[in-house]
Amino acid sequence: MSMLELRRVSRSYGQGDAEVHALREVSLTADEGEMVAVMGPSGSGKSTLLTIAGTLEEPTSGEVLIAGQPVGKASRNTKARLRRRVIGYVFQDFNLLPGLTAAENVSLPLELDGVSARKARVPGLRGLERLGLGERAAHYPDQLSGGERQRVAIARAMVGERRLLLADEPSGALDSTNAQAVMRLLLDACKVGGMTAVVVTHDAQLASWADRVVFLRDGQVTDQTTVAPGPESFLTQERHP
Amino acid sequence: MSVRHALLALLSEGPKYGLRLREEFETRTGDVWPLNGGQVYTTLQRLERDGLVESDGTGGEGPRKGFRITAEGERELAVWLRTPPDLSSPPRDELVMKILVALYVPSADVHAVIQAHRRYLVELMQQWTRIKEYDAEGDLNMSLAIDAELFRLDGVARWLDAAEARVNRAATEGATTWADAVQASTGNQTRAPLPRQWRERVRR
Repeated sequence: MSMLELRRVSRSYGQGDAEVHALREVSLTADEGEMVAVMGPSGSGKSTLLTIAGTLEEPTSGEVLIAGQPVGKASRNTKARLRRRVIGYVFQDFNLLPGLTAAENVSLPLELDGVSARKARVPGLRGLERLGLGERAAHYPDQLSGGERQRVAIARAMVGERRLLLADEPSGALDSTNAQAVMRLLLDACKVGGMTAVVVTHDAQLASWADRVVFLRDGQVTDQTTVAPGPESFLTQERHP
Repeated sequence: MSVRHALLALLSEGPKYGLRLREEFETRTGDVWPLNGGQVYTTLQRLERDGLVESDGTGGEGPRKGFRITAEGERELAVWLRTPPDLSSPPRDELVMKILVALYVPSADVHAVIQAHRRYLVELMQQWTRIKEYDAEGDLNMSLAIDAELFRLDGVARWLDAAEARVNRAATEGATTWADAVQASTGNQTRAPLPRQWRERVRR
């Protein structure tokens, strides 16, 4: 089933001569358990695509469906609930709150959703342990390395059984080894955790982790990869039954 | 990679029989650099003739003959490891040529040509990444070789990005197509002059 579907989504800013078309009739689907990378040069509309997919911005025309439900006509409350419970965001600069520990950062979305701090702590810690950061739970962001901070941000994006991960250049601020580690975690979230991930990147090596790579240019989807199922995907299934 | 230096490297670990050298040679290099295992015995003979390896006196002749590396062989190996391969002259790159030629073919959409190659590169990289992740786990040799291939393909993909940006800039600087830009800048309406200019610039 498609977890995310964009149907002929356009987004423009300004009017008349100053009108800029950030997206032009973009159609895109991402299925459950699938990791899709969106590649394109800067200014191609990658980030706009992600904010619209994440219901943070409205399309000028076209439709966004999350888990089969159109979000265009949903109330502000419904969209806010989607963002708190279904969609997780990962940003290039991590966006952790400096005054909160790693564990508090991870459990924050649950608290915002009305779960008590005491109850939210358990899934927060579990999320950190799953990403190998159990021992760092009481550390503050400035006591963590860049790679560790991004892992905390990924744990936060996954906490509370969320199903759609949207990542904007998630490893842009990291060295090559940590960048690869971040992509491995995102892929595992899809293959083991059953999440769906849409990852925006300009880096071909990072995009190559995805099941499918969609190419964006001047606000339009121009192409996508089609890798035939081969022995590699057979191996994938063996490891992630 | 030469068979000669691969054998010296294997013998630097300690004395080995010819047969074992051949087996190790094939298991360690076979996946990544398919070289001819049949060359192992003739190469060993030449190495012995040149004084880089010597018989350790066990096993007699043939596949059971034992070899060890000599001090001269150790020196040769050390020098070879530190000698950079010749990367000074760019290889004749078919992809670069195709993009350059596409600029002169009126019916060719350069962006579409670039994208066709970019997609192919990314698809190859997807396959290598999968093999590295699921097949080469714990295999240091294979992981390193796949990394090398991924970085090489990534370099080509980056060149395509840079090429596309350059074509875009040329097009916005007054010409509607890159071919127009080339013709406008040279005034030559009949022949496409860029390849020669380009070659001269490289030579200078």
